This record gives sequence, structure tokens and C-alpha cells, in this order.
Amino acid sequence: MISLLLIFIGALIFPGLISITKAKLSGKKGPGIFQPYKDILRLLKKGSVYSSTTSFVFQVAPIIYMASVLGAILMIPFGNFKQGLISFEGDFLMFAYMLAFGKFLMIISALDTGSGFEGMGANREALYSMLVEPAFFIVLSSVVMLSGYTSFYEMFTHFHVENYVSWLYVAISVYLLIQITLIENSRLPVDDPKTHLELTMVHEVMVLDNSGFDLGLIQITGALKFAMFGALIGNLVIPPMHLGFELSALAFVVIQALFAITVGFMESFRARLKMIYNPQFILTLSGIALIAFFAVFFITKTI
Amino acid sequence: MNKKYNTSGRLTSIKNQQKISLKDIPVLEYEVFYQEVVQILEDVNNHCLSYYAFPFDNKLKFICAISADEEKEILLLSHELEKPDLPLKSIAGQHLAMHIFEREIHENHGVPFEGHPWLKPVRYAFNRKDRKKMINNYPFYKIGGNELHEVGVGPIHAGVIEPGHFRFLCNGETVLHLEIQLGWQHRGVEALFLEKKKLLQRNLLAESIAGDTAIGHNLAFCQLAEALGDITVDKNLEIERVIALELERMAIHTGDLSAFCTDVAYQLGSAVFGALRTPLINFTQAWSGNRFGKGLIRVGGTNYPLTQELQQKLKGILNDFEKKFTEIAERTFNLPSVLKRFESIGAVSTRQVSLLGGVGMVAKMAGLKRDSRYGQPFGAYRDLKHEPVLLGSGDVYARGMVRKLEVEQSLVIIRNLMEKLNARVAPTQPVPAANLKWAGESIAVSVTEGWRGEVCHIAVTDKQGEISHYKVKDPSMHNWKSLELSLRDLEISDFPINNKSYDLSYCGHDL
Repeated sequence: MISLLLIFIGALIFPGLISITKAKLSGKKGPGIFQPYKDILRLLKKGSVYSSTTSFVFQVAPIIYMASVLGAILMIPFGNFKQGLISFEGDFLMFAYMLAFGKFLMIISALDTGSGFEGMGANREALYSMLVEPAFFIVLSSVVMLSGYTSFYEMFTHFHVENYVSWLYVAISVYLLIQITLIENSRLPVDDPKTHLELTMVHEVMVLDNSGFDLGLIQITGALKFAMFGALIGNLVIPPMHLGFELSALAFVVIQALFAITVGFMESFRARLKMIYNPQFILTLSGIALIAFFAVFFITKTI
Repeated sequence: MNKKYNTSGRLTSIKNQQKISLKDIPVLEYEVFYQEVVQILEDVNNHCLSYYAFPFDNKLKFICAISADEEKEILLLSHELEKPDLPLKSIAGQHLAMHIFEREIHENHGVPFEGHPWLKPVRYAFNRKDRKKMINNYPFYKIGGNELHEVGVGPIHAGVIEPGHFRFLCNGETVLHLEIQLGWQHRGVEALFLEKKKLLQRNLLAESIAGDTAIGHNLAFCQLAEALGDITVDKNLEIERVIALELERMAIHTGDLSAFCTDVAYQLGSAVFGALRTPLINFTQAWSGNRFGKGLIRVGGTNYPLTQELQQKLKGILNDFEKKFTEIAERTFNLPSVLKRFESIGAVSTRQVSLLGGVGMVAKMAGLKRDSRYGQPFGAYRDLKHEPVLLGSGDVYARGMVRKLEVEQSLVIIRNLMEKLNARVAPTQPVPAANLKWAGESIAVSVTEGWRGEVCHIAVTDKQGEISHYKVKDPSMHNWKSLELSLRDLEISDFPINNKSYDLSYCGHDL
């Protein structure tokens, strides 16, 4: 329960912090921290418009997408103190495929509109999700190997960091998780959430036809996903520091904030990748994850 | 008189901003006209400014104006047709650059051109010949095949831009062919020039041909009116006009560089270039009351002289601008992630651009020396000996770099000219002419270099000294084709940055 609460707090400040960071870095004044939510509130007050070519898939997709992310969040524990609301052996697999299920629905709902643009976006999103999946699993399986358990709570509780080599592993994992989050949330360098050019969009173009309430849901889900990955990072970093309960909770929020600011920094000083280099970039992450994975072999002396 | 070409008396040559009696242009047989034009255009230093037809004495009179950049002269050729439905041999068959003019003549007057690649409609003018040709059934180029798909974009776009339809023939993410269909923005500008009789109305019209080239187009009109009305303006005014033109160039180029950065999601560049444009257009506002310089250029005089006070202000702004611009431009054009998006993206070769008759920035980025400031110097440029910036690679990088270098060049030009202004104490002619006595039965050509490239206005007057035909040519007219070629074998997601790097005008093309 406590992790759910902390993730909600994280999701509340996340989008605002990113835009404030980006605005400050380019010398602008920037919006208030809750501006993204004011926009979402405005959307939620509106009705949705549905094109006559769409079927029920298009109408249910945003809700299921949000539900899938919420379901995944339920599995995330709070460090070594509290397990998630749902917790069982192998729940990290369930976690990954809950997310994939939501994404699958968004993809078919984009195809449902029959628009050339959305098909194009769906195609790209499907490709990138497929490519990023191995990286995510390799990162988590290394934790599984290090701890010897397969549920999130057990994994993070028994994931002991004994020497500096394992801290190195933590550093690599955090780096990978940040990159994976950026890809999953369609941010730079793979996608550009601010672009208005349909031909270059990945995620944005898929939700072009969604409006009003549905669009609001999709945007909230985006923020939740960010905080969810932030919580994963928190779980990886906080338990080995052996802080107390309250301090850990604070550290959780601080990590979310730092994460948001990092994203803001990363998006300010570089251009986006050329689209054909995206798969290459994502595969590189899997490569790095593999290196970490073999490092774990050495740490656990299985080889 | 031009020595190189005028041996046979088949053509007349004039200077930019000069008028000539219509009778002085020899009317040729089409066969002779054809050979002459084909031969002149063989030389890469010559390119067609405008080729058009208009009804004249129950006949269809064709005028071809060719810019001879080496000689700094405009060559005028003409022929007449009694029956406009007889087929003519297409010059585009020899020089592709003429394709757009022949398409336009075909659309407006129904003249069939034999050997033209494809006489597609240009802009669906209100007064076109065949009213049955509608914008909804434009003949698109098609490729068969199960693997290919078409992506149609527009005419209504996301973001606030003008209407135009883009059709991509794609194989997956790769574009095989792009076709751009324009004409959605047609307002009948050329016909309005005849309808509106007052000088001020025509000024306002010229300023609205392409909103981002308000000064470029209006200057072209004013020079034309001054040529036909026998007005000479003093040096000071010419200098002020050039300063205005260069300021427009700087402001738009800087804004474009910001858009370059936005398109590749480089946030810092986008913000800083965007902020740098503001003081420039704010200065134009302080000067003339309008940020785009509308109202600044008027026939024969000006309502807004560049006072000492304004000059001081401009100097301050430029000094500040230069420092920041250099810094951010250095950073942007050296950032690896940005270069990856700019370099060798959407490259066109010098040969392609010269085939298409590219002008202005499009010519310069591909290494083709076409700049009216150099080729057809006008106003204060006559004393400047302008040397255009040339790049060779023809890609997005070159198009960005041309802008950066031109901004730096404009800075030098403006500073030089302001010194000349300081040296002269005589105030600018204060009052613009309210009315003009136009020379009868004459033709005049006026060419200016707007930020996009060569802007050409041609007017013909009748016996009473009324404008009987007005022709406008915006550089976008030739250059759109170059964008189409840039997209060949490129990823479709690189289209926006390419489109922005050309930044062509829809309404300038559609008129």
C-alpha cells in the first residue's frame, strides 16, 4: 500500500518536474509544477469524440491501458519493508506482460482508426517495445540470480550488495532502467513528446485520434509509468543503504524527483536520434545488460 | 546592349529595374524563339526569371525573361500565337527548369506543349482555361506493387502552417517518391494587381504575396513602379531599403534555425535561436510599426526614415545579437547528435538543382551561384559587389549552414551601409508618391533577393498607362521540386526536417 501511495506522489510531480527542468535549462520561466495535471483535468472534463471507422477496441483501449499499468504498479514493493499488494513467485514476469498487454491494446486501437499515420506509429512502437524487452528481462534476471528469488519483494530484500563489484552492477542497472523508461515512455532520444510532426512521431501519433477523457487517461498513465519505473530504481538502490522506514520513504520520493530532473537534463542538450538508429540504440542496451548479466555470474561464482 | 547574345537582334536586354517599350522586344517565330531560349539556357550562368503568356491584341503574347548573371542583364524574348490550341515544342524537353512555366501557361491558356514530361496543373487559378480540372482530381504519380503504400499528408496540417498536400510513395519507412500538390492557397494575386488601382492598395497587396517576404516582395513592386513611373530614389533611401531587406533575412533565417533545432528536438538551440529572432523583429516594429516591416517600403519615398536614434539602437541590437548568435551557432553546428540529423540528409546534387532551375538558398546550398544581389544587383547592392555564400553538399546541413553564413554576411552588410548613411546628412525623401504616371505600352522587370531567393515582378502597361498584366514569381515556384527530389530514398521520418530546411512558401507559389 505504501509503495502505491509513493508512486502516486511520484507520478504527481514527475511531468511537472521534467518540464520545469527543461524550461529552466533553456532560460525560460517554465510552468508550475502541477500544470500538466491542470491540462489533464481540463481533458477529463471533456467528452471523447470517436471516429465512425473505429470499433469498441478503440473505446476500451485507454481504460485497459491505464488498468494494466495500475495492475503492474500493485506488484511493486516498498524496498525491504512492505511487499506490493500483489506478490507471488515470478511476479516480475507478470509485471512485464501486464505492461505489454496494455501496450498491445494501444497498438491495436491505433490500427483500429484506419489512419495511415497511426499504423505507422503503431508499427514503430511495436518494434521498439519488442527490442527493449530483452534488456528489461536481462536486468531483472540478474537481480533474480543475485538474490535467488523470483518475486519482486524477495528479490529486492535479499539482493545483498556485498562489495563494490555489486555496486557497479547497481549503477549499470540504474542506467539501463533509466534508458528503458525513456524508451517505454516515448521520450528522447527515441521519440520526441513535444513534436507536432506526425511523420516523426512514435507514441504521440498513435494517440492522435484519442480525445478528451480518453486522452486524459492516456496522459495520466504516462505519468504513472514514469513513477513506476522510478520506484523500481528506488527499490534497487534503497534497500542496500539500510535506511529506516521513514527515511526510505523520503529517499523514494527524492529518487523520483532526481529521476525526473535527470530526464529533463538528458532531453535538453541533445538532438533526437535519426529513426533508423533507434533499433541499434535499443539493442545496445540489451548488450550492456548482457555484460552486467555475466558480471553477475562472476559475482555469484556460478562460473 | 548585350554583346554576347544580341548579335542577331532576336532579343532585347535590359537591366534590373529598367523599363522598355513593348515594341522594342522583337516578336519571333516560335521555332526561332525555341532555339534561342534553348541555346541561352545551355549556359549555367543564365536562368529563366519568368516565362509567361498573356492576351494581347487578340493574340497570346509570350514573354520570356532570362537572367544573365555574368553580364548582369535581363534578356527578353517574345513570340505570339494566334491560335492558342496549336501544339508547341516544349522547352522543358531540353531544359527541365522550364517545366513549371510551361505547366502554368498550359493551365492558364490551354496551350499544349509537345514533349513536356507531364503538363500537370500548377495552382488551379480562378481564370484557368479548363474549369473542369479540379483540385480534387489531381493526377498523382502512382507506382503499383503490393509492398508499397501511400501516405498522404495535408492539405490541413498539425501546427499552424499553410495548406499543401504531400503524397509519399513508401516502401516501409523509405520514401520512393514524394509528390507535392499545391494550389490550395490561390487568391488571384496577379489579377488583383490590375483590379486595385491605387498605389497604396498595390503596396499592401505586394506585402501580402508571401507574409514572410513582405519586404522582399514589396521592394520588388516598388522598384517596378519606380521604373515604370520614371522615379529615381536617392542613395539614402536605397540604403535603408537594403537594410530592411537584410534585417528581414536575418530574422527569418534565425527563426528558421530555431525551427531546425525544434524538429530534431534540440531544445537549447530551439529556445536560444527563437529568442534571438525577437529583438530583430522588434526593431523592425520600432522602425516601421510592424514586426514584418509592412508599411516600411513605399514607392518613391518612405514614411519611416532610419533616424540617428534608430541607427544607434540597431547597432546595439546587432552587437548583442552577434555575440549570442555566434555562440549558439557554434554549439549547434558542432553537436554530434545534431550533426547526425543534418549531415547527408536529403542531399541534392548541383546538377539536379541546376536542372530544376533552383534559385536563392536552394541554389546556394548546392553550390550554384545564383543570387540576385550578385546576378541582378539592385538599389544599394550595385555598389556592394556582393559575393554569395556557397556550399556544396546540398543536404540539410548545407541548408542550415547557408542560413548561418548569410546571417553573418547580413550583419556585415548592414554595418557597412549604416556607415554610409552616417556619412550623408541629407534626410531621406520623406513622402512616398501618392499617384504615379505609368509609362504607356511598356514592360519592366524588377528582381530582388528575398531571404528565400529571387523574387521577380514583371508588369506590362497598355496605351493609357494602366497595368494590363502583372506577373509575380516567388522563388518557391522552382524550389518545391527540389524538396521532392531530396526525399528520394530517405526515411519518411526525415521529411519534416527536410521540409523545414527548405521552408518554402505555399502562398508564394499559389499566388
